[in-house]
Amino acid sequence: MNGIRFFSNHLSKRHDILQTALRFTSTLVLAEHAGDKLNPITLKAVNAASNLGEISVLVAGTNITNVAEQVIAKVEQVKRVFIADHEKLKHQLPEYVAKTVETLQKQCKFDYIVAGASTFGRDVLPRVAAQFDSAPITDIIAIHSSDTFTRPIYAGNALCKVKTNAPVKFLTFRGTAFKSAKESGGNGKIEKAPESDFSFDGVEFLSEDLLKSERPDLQSAKVIVSGGRGVGSADNFKIIYELADKLKAAVGASRAAVDAGYVSNELQIGQTGKVVAPELYIAVGISGAIQHTAGMKDSKIIVAINKDPDAPIFEIADIGLKADLHKAVPELIKAL
Amino acid sequence: MRALVAVKRVIDYAIKIRVKPDKTGVIKENVQHSMNPFDEIALEEAVRLKEKQIVKEVVAVSLGSSKSQETLRTALAKGADRAIHIEVEEATAEKIEPLLVAKILRGIAETEKPDLIFLGKQAIDDDCGQTAQLLAGLLNWPQAMYASVIERESDKTFVVTREVDGGRELIRIKTPAVISADLRLNEPRYATLPNIMKAKNKPLEKKKPSDYGIEIVRQTQILE
Repeated sequence: MNGIRFFSNHLSKRHDILQTALRFTSTLVLAEHAGDKLNPITLKAVNAASNLGEISVLVAGTNITNVAEQVIAKVEQVKRVFIADHEKLKHQLPEYVAKTVETLQKQCKFDYIVAGASTFGRDVLPRVAAQFDSAPITDIIAIHSSDTFTRPIYAGNALCKVKTNAPVKFLTFRGTAFKSAKESGGNGKIEKAPESDFSFDGVEFLSEDLLKSERPDLQSAKVIVSGGRGVGSADNFKIIYELADKLKAAVGASRAAVDAGYVSNELQIGQTGKVVAPELYIAVGISGAIQHTAGMKDSKIIVAINKDPDAPIFEIADIGLKADLHKAVPELIKAL
Repeated sequence: MRALVAVKRVIDYAIKIRVKPDKTGVIKENVQHSMNPFDEIALEEAVRLKEKQIVKEVVAVSLGSSKSQETLRTALAKGADRAIHIEVEEATAEKIEPLLVAKILRGIAETEKPDLIFLGKQAIDDDCGQTAQLLAGLLNWPQAMYASVIERESDKTFVVTREVDGGRELIRIKTPAVISADLRLNEPRYATLPNIMKAKNKPLEKKKPSDYGIEIVRQTQILE
């Protein structure tokens, strides 16, 4: 997976070459936000997209003038900010956001429509792409040229370089593979997005149950402590939380720990959970199945604590400790 | 109510894949294949809805080489009533991208008129996670992606719990709708031997992409 680091290191050089070639191309970034807060993955998408021509951002929702003017318009590289404010967009359901993007695209004819590879981006982007007969490319980790990208396949066990000739290029970028755009220095022009037809009534938002936590967000945390089946029970998981508190870390989990009911699924890291790349990843009682390592193997330093010396996690760990986690973790907490 | 379930034959999840020396793809010959795990979950959900007598008929669909018929037989053994195989040459199968699958599924939806179309949230080989959303977009149907609970509310509405980044979200969808299955939706059953035997006699219809007016031309070229 060295490839990922190689490509992102070279982005800045590529940037100049691409900028010349892409002077007349335009890119729409779909902003992901909650009220006044911009999801950090949008900054990554803006930065990745800055390699692909002049950037406009679409903000869809209700009461979004503030986040659009105070936050998004000031992001470096952002030239235009389109505001779509409508009651139907309140919960940013993909059906309505897609409709907004479709209407805007018919008017502005962007060359690229991009977003972060989050639930929001994955929901909306392909739905719009279908309207423009374009095959999307999801979860991009490197940009080689205006039409060539690298994305992981087979749970990150292979990298696939693809070239697209889709009429409109719909792309999602994996947040961990790109740096964030600066939140200052931009001076985006605010515009109203064209009115869309929101008569579609096939879907309705009912409620949400979001995990509230004092801990740092899993996907932007510098340190993550993760527990697996080896932790043994939901009760035992509190040593993971304690260690995380000491390190000001986010808490993650393997699928086994989620399925066993130790923690809720938002904490799952892996091929079908979240993909993370912190400075330090501590895997406690995790065997290291490929479905899990797909979500964390780009971490800078990986520490594994496991009593099974043959656990595959030790193959990718920088520091491995063969020990009973119920002894080692409390000792570690004490030492900190 | 009729449910359509799209299933894909992929390299088994437990296999450690190997990239071909010439970097044109991964080695698939003599490698254990099975039904994409998310599709098994999607299928299980459709079969459970049938057992609850909410759904009358479950139709399994797969697009791929002749080997995809094994996957469809598995689907029949697990409770699908009949199957449709969109057959393509092995070499063509390599060129299939989600947009083409979605277009063919739209064609099938137009003839079969399902109320619900179930798919897995992603295939574990290409990891695209696009087909369900593309299909919903093509049909202009509501989409309930990453479903972890599906409950019928009325004849035409379902309440779906979705697994989203920050937690869970509940939405109400009107049929016809496209649903993609997340891992926690259910625990798929094993096919029993008697059911595997019975599946051999269940109808399996063969079709070609051209039957739905689709030509296999992909927009994305794999370089390496």
